[in-house]
Amino acid sequence: MAKLPQDYDSVMSRTQEVMKAALGIDYSQFESGSMAFDYEKMMRETGYSLEEMQNIQYSVNVGNTPILELKNLTALARACAPEGKGARIFIKDEASNPSGSFKARRAANAVYHAKKLGYKGVIAATSGNYGAAVASQAAIAGLKCIIVQECYDSKGVGQPEIVEKARKCEALGAEVVQLTVGPELFYKFILLLEETGYFNASLYTPFGIAGVETLGYEIAMQFREKLGKDPDVVVCTNAGGGNLTGTARGLIKAGAKNTKVIGASIDLSGLHMASDKAFNLKSCTTGHTGFGVPYAVDPDHSDVPRSAARPLRYMDRYVTITQGDVFYITECLATLEGLEKGPAGNTSLAAAFALSQEMPQDQTIVVQETEYTGAGKHLQPQLSFARENGIEVRFGDPKDEVPGKSVIIPEHPSLIKAKDMDLDRQKRSLIKGNLRKYTMNPTEEDYKYLAEETKKDIEWVKKAVEEVKATL
Amino acid sequence: MVKKGEWVRIHKVILKAEERTGKLPEDTQSVPLEMWTKGFLLADAEIGDEVEIESVNGRHETGTLIEMNPYYTHDFGTCIPELLQIDKQVREIVFGGEK
Repeated sequence: MAKLPQDYDSVMSRTQEVMKAALGIDYSQFESGSMAFDYEKMMRETGYSLEEMQNIQYSVNVGNTPILELKNLTALARACAPEGKGARIFIKDEASNPSGSFKARRAANAVYHAKKLGYKGVIAATSGNYGAAVASQAAIAGLKCIIVQECYDSKGVGQPEIVEKARKCEALGAEVVQLTVGPELFYKFILLLEETGYFNASLYTPFGIAGVETLGYEIAMQFREKLGKDPDVVVCTNAGGGNLTGTARGLIKAGAKNTKVIGASIDLSGLHMASDKAFNLKSCTTGHTGFGVPYAVDPDHSDVPRSAARPLRYMDRYVTITQGDVFYITECLATLEGLEKGPAGNTSLAAAFALSQEMPQDQTIVVQETEYTGAGKHLQPQLSFARENGIEVRFGDPKDEVPGKSVIIPEHPSLIKAKDMDLDRQKRSLIKGNLRKYTMNPTEEDYKYLAEETKKDIEWVKKAVEEVKATL
Repeated sequence: MVKKGEWVRIHKVILKAEERTGKLPEDTQSVPLEMWTKGFLLADAEIGDEVEIESVNGRHETGTLIEMNPYYTHDFGTCIPELLQIDKQVREIVFGGEK
Protein backbone atom coordinates (compact mmCIF):
# COMPACT_ATOMS: atom_id res chain seq x y z
CA MET A 1 0.00 0.00 0.00
CA ALA A 2 1.31 3.45 -0.89
CA LYS A 3 2.17 5.58 2.11
CA LEU A 4 -0.53 8.17 2.81
CA PRO A 5 0.49 11.85 2.85
CA GLN A 6 2.09 12.74 6.19
CA ASP A 7 1.64 16.52 6.18
CA TYR A 8 -0.42 18.12 8.93
CA ASP A 9 -3.59 18.93 6.96
CA SER A 10 -3.74 15.55 5.19
CA VAL A 11 -3.27 13.65 8.44
CA MET A 12 -5.84 15.70 10.35
CA SER A 13 -8.38 15.23 7.56
CA ARG A 14 -8.17 11.47 8.20
CA THR A 15 -8.91 11.90 11.95
CA GLN A 16 -12.45 10.58 11.85
CA GLU A 17 -11.69 7.32 10.05
CA VAL A 18 -8.54 6.73 12.11
CA MET A 19 -10.49 7.27 15.33
CA LYS A 20 -13.27 4.94 14.30
CA ALA A 21 -10.76 2.19 13.56
CA ALA A 22 -8.86 2.88 16.77
CA LEU A 23 -11.86 2.87 19.11
CA GLY A 24 -14.19 0.31 17.63
CA ILE A 25 -17.16 2.56 18.49
CA ASP A 26 -19.55 4.07 15.98
CA TYR A 27 -20.57 7.21 17.86
CA SER A 28 -23.16 8.14 15.23
CA GLN A 29 -25.59 5.61 16.74
CA PHE A 30 -25.97 7.84 19.81
CA GLU A 31 -26.53 11.09 17.91
CA SER A 32 -29.89 12.78 17.45
CA GLY A 33 -28.70 14.99 14.60
CA SER A 34 -28.96 18.05 16.82
CA MET A 35 -27.34 18.99 20.16
CA ALA A 36 -28.65 16.00 22.02
CA PHE A 37 -26.94 12.63 22.08
CA ASP A 38 -27.92 9.65 24.19
CA TYR A 39 -25.26 9.64 26.91
CA GLU A 40 -26.76 6.83 28.95
CA LYS A 41 -27.16 4.64 25.87
CA MET A 42 -23.51 5.23 25.07
CA MET A 43 -22.49 4.29 28.62
CA ARG A 44 -24.74 1.23 28.57
CA GLU A 45 -23.90 -0.19 25.18
CA THR A 46 -20.19 0.46 25.05
CA GLY A 47 -19.38 0.40 28.75
CA TYR A 48 -19.52 -2.48 31.18
CA SER A 49 -21.82 -3.24 34.06
CA LEU A 50 -20.47 -2.42 37.47
CA GLU A 51 -20.09 -6.09 38.30
CA GLU A 52 -18.21 -6.77 35.07
CA MET A 53 -15.89 -3.87 35.77
CA GLN A 54 -15.20 -5.05 39.29
CA ASN A 55 -14.37 -8.51 37.98
CA ILE A 56 -12.08 -7.09 35.29
CA GLN A 57 -10.31 -4.82 37.78
CA TYR A 58 -9.98 -7.29 40.64
CA SER A 59 -8.54 -9.86 38.22
CA VAL A 60 -5.63 -7.49 37.55
CA ASN A 61 -5.19 -6.38 41.17
CA VAL A 62 -6.84 -3.00 40.63
CA GLY A 63 -9.29 -1.49 43.11
CA ASN A 64 -10.35 -2.45 46.66
CA THR A 65 -8.01 0.21 47.95
CA PRO A 66 -8.23 1.12 51.63
CA ILE A 67 -9.97 4.17 53.07
CA LEU A 68 -7.86 5.85 55.72
CA GLU A 69 -9.14 8.27 58.33
CA LEU A 70 -6.86 11.29 58.67
CA LYS A 71 -7.34 11.99 62.36
CA ASN A 72 -4.42 14.36 62.81
CA LEU A 73 -5.31 16.37 59.74
CA THR A 74 -8.89 16.55 61.02
CA ALA A 75 -7.50 17.84 64.34
CA LEU A 76 -5.58 20.50 62.43
CA ALA A 77 -8.73 21.48 60.51
CA ARG A 78 -10.67 21.72 63.78
CA ALA A 79 -7.96 23.93 65.27
CA CYS A 80 -8.60 26.33 62.37
CA ALA A 81 -12.41 25.96 62.23
CA PRO A 82 -15.20 27.77 64.07
CA GLU A 83 -16.49 26.03 67.25
CA GLY A 84 -18.17 22.70 66.48
CA LYS A 85 -16.98 22.58 62.88
CA GLY A 86 -14.44 20.30 61.23
CA ALA A 87 -15.85 17.20 59.54
CA ARG A 88 -13.85 13.97 59.78
CA ILE A 89 -11.49 13.73 56.78
CA PHE A 90 -10.96 10.39 55.04
CA ILE A 91 -8.81 9.50 52.05
CA LYS A 92 -9.07 6.64 49.57
CA ASP A 93 -5.54 5.38 49.09
CA GLU A 94 -5.63 4.93 45.34
CA ALA A 95 -1.84 5.03 45.23
CA SER A 96 -2.00 1.37 46.26
CA ASN A 97 -3.24 0.44 42.78
CA PRO A 98 -0.60 -1.33 40.63
CA SER A 99 0.51 1.83 38.77
CA GLY A 100 0.20 4.11 41.79
CA SER A 101 -3.02 6.01 41.05
CA PHE A 102 -6.76 5.63 40.46
CA LYS A 103 -6.02 5.79 36.73
CA ALA A 104 -5.36 2.04 36.90
CA ARG A 105 -9.15 1.64 37.01
CA ARG A 106 -9.60 3.46 33.72
CA ALA A 107 -6.69 1.69 32.12
CA ALA A 108 -7.79 -1.79 33.29
CA ASN A 109 -11.03 -1.46 31.39
CA ALA A 110 -9.55 0.18 28.31
CA VAL A 111 -6.84 -2.48 27.99
CA TYR A 112 -9.27 -5.32 28.68
CA HIS A 113 -11.54 -3.97 25.95
CA ALA A 114 -8.64 -3.55 23.50
CA LYS A 115 -7.54 -7.12 24.06
CA LYS A 116 -11.08 -8.44 23.71
CA LEU A 117 -11.43 -6.68 20.35
CA GLY A 118 -8.14 -8.15 19.17
CA TYR A 119 -5.93 -5.06 19.08
CA LYS A 120 -2.19 -5.80 19.34
CA GLY A 121 -1.41 -2.67 21.32
CA VAL A 122 -2.72 0.46 22.95
CA ILE A 123 -1.81 4.13 22.61
CA ALA A 124 -2.63 6.93 25.00
CA ALA A 125 -1.88 10.63 24.75
CA THR A 126 -1.20 11.72 28.32
CA SER A 127 1.38 13.47 30.45
CA GLY A 128 -0.35 12.26 33.58
CA ASN A 129 -0.61 9.14 35.74
CA TYR A 130 -2.78 7.56 33.08
CA GLY A 131 0.33 6.78 31.01
CA ALA A 132 1.80 4.56 33.71
CA ALA A 133 -1.62 3.03 34.27
CA VAL A 134 -1.99 2.03 30.61
CA ALA A 135 1.62 0.82 30.51
CA SER A 136 1.04 -1.27 33.63
CA GLN A 137 -2.17 -2.83 32.36
CA ALA A 138 -0.70 -3.43 28.90
CA ALA A 139 2.23 -5.21 30.58
CA ILE A 140 -0.19 -7.51 32.41
CA ALA A 141 -2.25 -8.15 29.26
CA GLY A 142 0.79 -8.71 27.05
CA LEU A 143 -0.16 -5.86 24.72
CA LYS A 144 2.22 -3.34 23.22
CA CYS A 145 1.97 0.22 24.50
CA ILE A 146 2.88 3.70 23.29
CA ILE A 147 2.49 6.78 25.49
CA VAL A 148 2.61 10.21 23.82
CA GLN A 149 3.57 12.99 26.21
CA GLU A 150 3.79 16.76 26.13
CA CYS A 151 6.94 16.99 28.20
CA TYR A 152 9.44 19.67 27.20
CA ASP A 153 9.58 23.37 26.44
CA SER A 154 11.44 24.67 23.37
CA LYS A 155 14.69 24.78 25.38
CA GLY A 156 14.36 21.05 25.97
CA VAL A 157 13.68 21.51 29.67
CA GLY A 158 11.35 18.83 30.99
CA GLN A 159 8.78 19.31 33.74
CA PRO A 160 10.19 17.05 36.53
CA GLU A 161 6.81 15.49 37.27
CA ILE A 162 6.27 14.56 33.61
CA VAL A 163 9.84 13.28 33.20
CA GLU A 164 9.19 10.93 36.13
CA LYS A 165 6.01 9.70 34.50
CA ALA A 166 7.99 8.96 31.32
CA ARG A 167 10.47 6.95 33.35
CA LYS A 168 7.69 4.96 34.96
CA CYS A 169 6.03 4.22 31.62
CA GLU A 170 9.34 2.93 30.24
CA ALA A 171 9.95 0.93 33.40
CA LEU A 172 6.62 -0.79 32.74
CA GLY A 173 7.67 -1.63 29.18
CA ALA A 174 6.03 1.16 27.18
CA GLU A 175 7.50 3.15 24.32
CA VAL A 176 7.36 6.83 25.23
CA VAL A 177 7.19 9.52 22.55
CA GLN A 178 7.94 12.91 24.09
CA LEU A 179 7.01 16.21 22.49
CA THR A 180 7.37 19.91 23.09
CA VAL A 181 4.38 22.06 23.97
CA GLY A 182 1.40 22.33 21.66
CA PRO A 183 -1.94 20.83 20.72
CA GLU A 184 -0.43 19.36 17.54
CA LEU A 185 0.51 16.45 19.77
CA PHE A 186 -2.76 15.16 18.39
CA TYR A 187 -1.19 15.09 14.90
CA LYS A 188 1.58 12.74 16.03
CA PHE A 189 -1.01 10.75 17.97
CA ILE A 190 -3.13 10.22 14.82
CA LEU A 191 -0.01 9.27 12.83
CA LEU A 192 0.90 6.67 15.45
CA LEU A 193 -2.61 5.21 15.53
CA GLU A 194 -2.61 4.99 11.75
CA GLU A 195 0.87 3.47 11.57
CA THR A 196 0.35 0.83 14.27
CA GLY A 197 -3.38 0.07 14.16
CA TYR A 198 -3.33 0.04 17.96
CA PHE A 199 -6.33 0.84 20.15
CA ASN A 200 -6.86 4.43 21.25
CA ALA A 201 -6.93 4.01 25.04
CA SER A 202 -8.41 7.48 25.37
CA LEU A 203 -9.21 8.81 28.80
CA TYR A 204 -12.66 9.74 27.60
CA THR A 205 -14.21 6.53 26.28
CA PRO A 206 -17.23 4.98 28.01
CA PHE A 207 -15.11 2.06 29.28
CA GLY A 208 -12.48 4.40 30.70
CA ILE A 209 -15.02 6.47 32.59
CA ALA A 210 -17.09 3.48 33.61
CA GLY A 211 -13.86 2.09 35.08
CA VAL A 212 -13.93 4.85 37.71
CA GLU A 213 -17.48 3.97 38.76
CA THR A 214 -16.04 1.19 40.90
CA LEU A 215 -14.19 3.86 42.90
CA GLY A 216 -17.38 5.72 43.85
CA TYR A 217 -19.15 2.44 44.53
CA GLU A 218 -16.36 1.19 46.81
CA ILE A 219 -16.41 4.44 48.81
CA ALA A 220 -20.12 4.01 49.59
CA MET A 221 -19.72 0.31 50.45
CA GLN A 222 -16.65 0.87 52.63
CA PHE A 223 -18.35 3.73 54.46
CA ARG A 224 -21.44 1.67 55.17
CA GLU A 225 -19.24 -1.09 56.54
CA LYS A 226 -17.01 1.23 58.57
CA LEU A 227 -19.42 3.93 59.75
CA GLY A 228 -22.85 2.57 58.93
CA LYS A 229 -23.67 5.52 56.68
CA ASP A 230 -22.77 7.20 53.41
CA PRO A 231 -20.21 9.99 53.35
CA ASP A 232 -21.66 13.53 53.41
CA VAL A 233 -19.20 14.89 50.87
CA VAL A 234 -16.81 13.37 48.34
CA VAL A 235 -14.19 15.69 46.87
CA CYS A 236 -12.68 14.88 43.45
CA THR A 237 -9.73 16.58 41.82
CA ASN A 238 -11.07 17.79 38.49
CA ALA A 239 -9.03 18.01 35.29
CA GLY A 240 -10.51 16.20 32.29
CA GLY A 241 -13.67 15.43 34.27
CA GLY A 242 -13.47 11.63 34.19
CA ASN A 243 -12.46 11.21 37.81
CA LEU A 244 -15.47 13.18 39.04
CA THR A 245 -17.90 11.74 36.50
CA GLY A 246 -16.99 8.12 37.19
CA THR A 247 -16.90 8.55 40.96
CA ALA A 248 -20.28 10.31 41.02
CA ARG A 249 -21.85 7.64 38.80
CA GLY A 250 -20.50 4.94 41.11
CA LEU A 251 -21.94 6.68 44.17
CA ILE A 252 -25.32 6.90 42.42
CA LYS A 253 -25.13 3.20 41.49
CA ALA A 254 -24.48 2.44 45.16
CA GLY A 255 -27.60 4.44 46.04
CA ALA A 256 -25.62 7.13 47.90
CA LYS A 257 -28.07 9.78 46.71
CA ASN A 258 -27.43 12.29 49.49
CA THR A 259 -23.66 12.39 49.13
CA LYS A 260 -22.55 15.72 47.69
CA VAL A 261 -19.86 15.62 45.01
CA ILE A 262 -17.49 18.57 44.98
CA GLY A 263 -14.91 19.18 42.26
CA ALA A 264 -11.58 20.83 43.09
CA SER A 265 -8.94 22.26 40.78
CA ILE A 266 -5.76 24.21 41.35
CA ASP A 267 -6.24 27.81 40.26
CA LEU A 268 -3.97 28.45 37.27
CA SER A 269 -6.02 31.29 35.82
CA GLY A 270 -4.02 33.57 33.55
CA LEU A 271 -1.66 30.86 32.28
CA HIS A 272 -2.16 29.81 28.66
CA MET A 273 -2.04 26.03 28.41
CA ALA A 274 -0.52 26.01 24.92
CA SER A 275 2.17 28.53 25.77
CA ASP A 276 5.76 27.35 25.43
CA LYS A 277 7.02 29.93 27.93
CA ALA A 278 4.28 29.29 30.51
CA PHE A 279 4.74 25.50 30.33
CA ASN A 280 7.45 25.29 32.98
CA LEU A 281 6.04 28.09 35.12
CA LYS A 282 3.33 25.75 36.36
CA SER A 283 4.13 23.84 39.53
CA CYS A 284 1.45 21.27 38.86
CA THR A 285 0.86 19.44 35.61
CA THR A 286 -2.73 18.31 36.09
CA GLY A 287 -5.71 18.84 38.36
CA HIS A 288 -5.74 22.52 37.47
CA THR A 289 -8.26 24.95 36.02
CA GLY A 290 -6.42 24.96 32.67
CA PHE A 291 -7.90 21.50 32.07
CA GLY A 292 -10.77 21.53 34.55
CA VAL A 293 -12.74 24.48 33.21
CA PRO A 294 -12.47 23.92 29.42
CA TYR A 295 -13.28 20.20 29.73
CA ALA A 296 -16.26 20.93 32.00
CA VAL A 297 -17.85 23.50 29.69
CA ASP A 298 -16.94 21.65 26.47
CA PRO A 299 -16.41 17.95 27.18
CA ASP A 300 -16.42 17.04 23.49
CA HIS A 301 -13.18 18.82 22.61
CA SER A 302 -11.33 15.72 23.81
CA ASP A 303 -9.77 13.01 21.62
CA VAL A 304 -13.07 11.13 21.07
CA PRO A 305 -16.22 12.36 19.26
CA ARG A 306 -18.36 12.26 22.41
CA SER A 307 -16.63 12.29 25.76
CA ALA A 308 -17.95 10.06 28.52
CA ALA A 309 -16.52 12.52 31.07
CA ARG A 310 -19.24 15.13 31.69
CA PRO A 311 -18.56 16.63 35.13
CA LEU A 312 -21.21 19.38 35.07
CA ARG A 313 -23.84 16.63 35.12
CA TYR A 314 -22.67 15.54 38.55
CA MET A 315 -20.95 18.40 40.35
CA ASP A 316 -22.70 20.00 43.31
CA ARG A 317 -19.94 22.58 43.81
CA TYR A 318 -16.68 23.41 42.08
CA VAL A 319 -13.91 25.01 44.13
CA THR A 320 -10.36 26.15 43.47
CA ILE A 321 -7.33 25.96 45.67
CA THR A 322 -3.82 27.36 45.13
CA GLN A 323 -0.55 25.61 44.32
CA GLY A 324 0.82 26.80 47.68
CA ASP A 325 -2.17 25.26 49.50
CA VAL A 326 -1.58 21.90 47.82
CA PHE A 327 2.12 21.83 48.71
CA TYR A 328 1.35 22.78 52.31
CA ILE A 329 -1.23 20.01 52.66
CA THR A 330 1.10 17.49 50.99
CA GLU A 331 3.68 18.28 53.66
CA CYS A 332 1.01 17.99 56.38
CA LEU A 333 0.03 14.56 55.08
CA ALA A 334 3.63 13.43 55.49
CA THR A 335 4.40 15.06 58.80
CA LEU A 336 1.05 14.47 60.55
CA GLU A 337 -0.24 11.28 58.98
CA GLY A 338 2.99 9.55 58.00
CA LEU A 339 1.82 9.29 54.40
CA GLU A 340 4.10 10.51 51.64
CA LYS A 341 2.05 10.96 48.45
CA GLY A 342 2.41 12.86 45.17
CA PRO A 343 1.27 16.49 45.33
CA ALA A 344 -1.06 16.57 42.30
CA GLY A 345 -3.38 14.00 43.87
CA ASN A 346 -3.61 16.15 46.98
CA THR A 347 -5.52 18.93 45.22
CA SER A 348 -8.79 17.53 46.52
CA LEU A 349 -7.20 17.01 49.95
CA ALA A 350 -6.32 20.70 50.23
CA ALA A 351 -9.90 21.54 49.24
CA ALA A 352 -11.31 18.99 51.71
CA PHE A 353 -9.19 20.48 54.50
CA ALA A 354 -10.89 23.84 53.90
CA LEU A 355 -14.37 22.41 53.21
CA SER A 356 -14.27 20.29 56.37
CA GLN A 357 -14.17 23.54 58.35
CA GLU A 358 -17.61 24.51 56.95
CA MET A 359 -19.15 21.22 58.11
CA PRO A 360 -20.21 19.95 61.56
CA GLN A 361 -17.81 17.62 63.35
CA ASP A 362 -20.13 14.63 63.09
CA GLN A 363 -20.10 14.77 59.29
CA THR A 364 -17.59 13.11 56.97
CA ILE A 365 -15.69 14.26 53.91
CA VAL A 366 -13.83 11.88 51.62
CA VAL A 367 -10.90 12.63 49.39
CA GLN A 368 -11.20 9.94 46.75
CA GLU A 369 -7.57 9.57 45.66
CA THR A 370 -3.89 9.60 46.46
CA GLU A 371 -1.10 9.13 43.92
CA TYR A 372 2.40 7.70 44.17
CA THR A 373 5.37 9.92 44.80
CA GLY A 374 9.01 9.71 43.76
CA ALA A 375 11.85 11.69 42.19
CA GLY A 376 10.37 14.62 40.24
CA LYS A 377 6.87 13.82 41.44
CA HIS A 378 7.23 15.27 44.89
CA LEU A 379 6.76 18.73 46.40
CA GLN A 380 10.48 19.34 46.89
CA PRO A 381 11.57 18.98 43.23
CA GLN A 382 8.44 20.85 42.16
CA LEU A 383 9.23 23.76 44.46
CA SER A 384 12.93 23.85 43.63
CA PHE A 385 12.05 23.69 39.92
CA ALA A 386 9.73 26.67 40.47
CA ARG A 387 12.56 28.62 42.12
CA GLU A 388 14.96 27.73 39.27
CA ASN A 389 12.39 29.12 36.83
CA GLY A 390 12.19 32.46 38.62
CA ILE A 391 8.95 31.76 40.47
CA GLU A 392 8.78 33.49 43.83
CA VAL A 393 8.27 30.83 46.51
CA ARG A 394 7.56 32.27 49.95
CA PHE A 395 5.34 32.12 53.01
CA GLY A 396 2.33 34.42 52.97
CA ASP A 397 -1.38 34.46 52.28
CA PRO A 398 -2.16 32.11 49.37
CA LYS A 399 -4.81 34.52 48.11
CA ASP A 400 -1.89 36.65 46.89
CA GLU A 401 -0.53 33.84 44.68
CA VAL A 402 -0.23 34.75 41.00
CA PRO A 403 0.01 31.59 38.84
CA GLY A 404 3.22 31.67 36.80
CA LYS A 405 4.77 34.30 39.06
CA SER A 406 4.50 33.06 42.62
CA VAL A 407 3.78 30.07 44.82
CA ILE A 408 2.62 31.36 48.19
CA ILE A 409 2.89 28.76 50.94
CA PRO A 410 0.27 29.52 53.60
CA GLU A 411 1.96 31.00 56.69
CA HIS A 412 -0.77 29.37 58.76
CA PRO A 413 -3.10 26.46 57.87
CA SER A 414 -6.14 28.66 58.57
CA LEU A 415 -5.28 30.59 55.39
CA ILE A 416 -6.12 27.58 53.19
CA LYS A 417 -9.48 28.46 51.65
CA ALA A 418 -11.56 26.74 48.98
CA LYS A 419 -12.85 29.35 46.58
CA ASP A 420 -16.18 28.65 44.90
CA MET A 421 -16.32 28.94 41.14
CA ASP A 422 -19.50 30.23 39.55
CA LEU A 423 -21.01 26.95 38.34
CA ASP A 424 -24.00 28.65 36.73
CA ARG A 425 -21.63 30.70 34.62
CA GLN A 426 -19.91 27.51 33.44
CA LYS A 427 -23.28 25.96 32.69
CA ARG A 428 -24.24 28.99 30.59
CA SER A 429 -20.91 28.65 28.83
CA LEU A 430 -21.72 25.00 28.02
CA ILE A 431 -25.08 26.11 26.63
CA LYS A 432 -23.40 28.82 24.58
CA GLY A 433 -21.02 26.28 23.08
CA ASN A 434 -23.92 24.02 22.11
CA LEU A 435 -25.88 26.87 20.53
CA ARG A 436 -22.84 27.85 18.50
CA LYS A 437 -21.89 24.32 17.49
CA TYR A 438 -25.29 22.85 16.67
CA THR A 439 -28.32 25.13 16.44
CA MET A 440 -29.68 28.40 17.74
CA ASN A 441 -33.11 26.77 17.93
CA PRO A 442 -32.92 23.79 20.26
CA THR A 443 -35.59 21.09 20.03
CA GLU A 444 -37.49 19.85 23.09
CA GLU A 445 -35.08 16.89 23.14
CA ASP A 446 -32.19 19.35 23.13
CA TYR A 447 -33.63 21.23 26.11
CA LYS A 448 -33.97 17.98 28.01
CA TYR A 449 -30.38 17.12 27.07
CA LEU A 450 -29.08 20.52 28.19
CA ALA A 451 -30.94 20.11 31.49
CA GLU A 452 -29.09 16.81 32.03
CA GLU A 453 -25.79 18.32 30.91
CA THR A 454 -26.13 21.16 33.41
CA LYS A 455 -27.91 19.33 36.29
CA LYS A 456 -30.68 21.94 36.09
CA ASP A 457 -34.39 21.88 35.29
CA ILE A 458 -35.78 22.63 31.85
CA GLU A 459 -37.16 26.02 32.93
CA TRP A 460 -33.70 27.19 34.00
CA VAL A 461 -32.23 25.94 30.73
CA LYS A 462 -34.88 27.69 28.60
CA LYS A 463 -34.25 30.97 30.40
CA ALA A 464 -30.48 30.54 30.08
CA VAL A 465 -30.78 29.76 26.36
CA GLU A 466 -32.69 33.01 25.80
CA GLU A 467 -30.16 34.99 27.85
CA VAL A 468 -27.21 33.45 26.03
CA LYS A 469 -28.83 33.92 22.60
CA ALA A 470 -29.21 37.65 23.33
CA THR A 471 -25.41 37.86 23.70
CA LEU A 472 -24.60 36.02 20.46
CA MET B 1 31.02 5.53 17.06
CA VAL B 2 27.74 4.07 18.26
CA LYS B 3 27.28 0.47 17.20
CA LYS B 4 24.23 -1.04 15.56
CA GLY B 5 21.94 -2.53 18.21
CA GLU B 6 22.84 -0.01 20.94
CA TRP B 7 19.99 1.57 22.95
CA VAL B 8 19.80 5.22 21.93
CA ARG B 9 17.73 8.39 22.08
CA ILE B 10 16.87 10.43 19.00
CA HIS B 11 15.48 13.90 18.38
CA LYS B 12 13.34 15.07 15.49
CA VAL B 13 11.44 18.14 14.40
CA ILE B 14 7.85 17.05 13.73
CA LEU B 15 6.53 20.39 12.51
CA LYS B 16 8.65 23.42 11.61
CA ALA B 17 7.50 26.72 13.14
CA GLU B 18 5.87 27.76 9.83
CA GLU B 19 3.97 24.45 9.62
CA ARG B 20 2.27 24.85 12.99
CA THR B 21 -1.47 25.53 13.36
CA GLY B 22 -2.66 29.10 13.59
CA LYS B 23 -4.45 28.75 16.94
CA LEU B 24 -1.32 28.97 19.08
CA PRO B 25 0.09 31.66 21.34
CA GLU B 26 2.90 33.52 19.60
CA ASP B 27 5.71 32.03 21.71
CA THR B 28 4.65 28.49 20.76
CA GLN B 29 3.96 29.41 17.13
CA SER B 30 7.51 30.70 16.70
CA VAL B 31 9.23 27.44 17.69
CA PRO B 32 9.09 23.98 16.06
CA LEU B 33 7.22 20.98 17.45
CA GLU B 34 9.99 18.63 18.53
CA MET B 35 10.06 14.97 19.45
CA TRP B 36 12.34 12.68 21.45
CA THR B 37 12.11 8.90 21.57
CA LYS B 38 14.24 5.82 22.19
CA GLY B 39 15.08 2.57 20.48
CA PHE B 40 17.76 0.21 19.19
CA LEU B 41 20.06 1.72 16.55
CA LEU B 42 19.68 0.00 13.17
CA ALA B 43 23.13 0.85 11.75
CA ASP B 44 26.48 2.09 13.10
CA ALA B 45 26.49 5.90 13.42
CA GLU B 46 28.02 8.91 15.14
CA ILE B 47 26.26 11.23 17.58
CA GLY B 48 24.62 13.94 15.46
CA ASP B 49 23.95 11.65 12.48
CA GLU B 50 20.49 11.09 11.01
CA VAL B 51 19.62 7.53 12.01
CA GLU B 52 16.85 4.97 12.10
CA ILE B 53 15.88 3.12 15.28
CA GLU B 54 13.57 0.29 16.24
CA SER B 55 11.45 0.95 19.34
CA VAL B 56 10.61 -1.63 22.02
CA ASN B 57 7.41 -2.23 20.05
CA GLY B 58 9.32 -2.91 16.82
CA ARG B 59 8.27 0.41 15.32
CA HIS B 60 10.79 2.30 13.18
CA GLU B 61 11.45 6.01 13.66
CA THR B 62 14.10 8.34 12.24
CA GLY B 63 15.84 11.33 13.78
CA THR B 64 19.13 12.78 14.94
CA LEU B 65 21.17 10.52 17.22
CA ILE B 66 21.72 12.41 20.49
CA GLU B 67 22.51 9.90 23.22
CA MET B 68 23.67 6.33 23.75
CA ASN B 69 22.34 4.38 26.76
CA PRO B 70 20.14 7.33 27.80
CA TYR B 71 19.23 7.61 31.47
CA TYR B 72 17.14 9.79 33.75
CA THR B 73 18.60 12.44 36.02
CA HIS B 74 15.48 13.89 37.64
CA ASP B 75 15.74 13.91 41.40
CA PHE B 76 14.25 15.18 44.65
CA GLY B 77 15.31 18.76 44.01
CA THR B 78 17.26 21.01 46.31
CA CYS B 79 16.40 21.74 49.93
CA ILE B 80 13.22 23.73 50.54
CA PRO B 81 13.70 24.99 54.10
CA GLU B 82 10.07 26.17 54.29
CA LEU B 83 8.96 22.54 54.49
CA LEU B 84 10.71 22.17 57.86
CA GLN B 85 8.83 25.22 59.11
CA ILE B 86 5.52 23.65 58.07
CA ASP B 87 6.40 20.45 59.96
CA LYS B 88 7.21 22.42 63.10
CA GLN B 89 4.10 24.57 62.87
CA VAL B 90 1.50 21.85 62.33
CA ARG B 91 3.03 19.44 64.85
CA GLU B 92 2.89 22.24 67.41
CA ILE B 93 -0.79 22.92 66.62
CA VAL B 94 -1.85 19.28 66.70
CA PHE B 95 0.41 17.83 69.40
CA GLY B 96 1.71 20.94 71.17
CA GLY B 97 -0.69 20.70 74.10
CA GLU B 98 0.46 17.18 74.95
CA LYS B 99 4.14 17.97 75.47
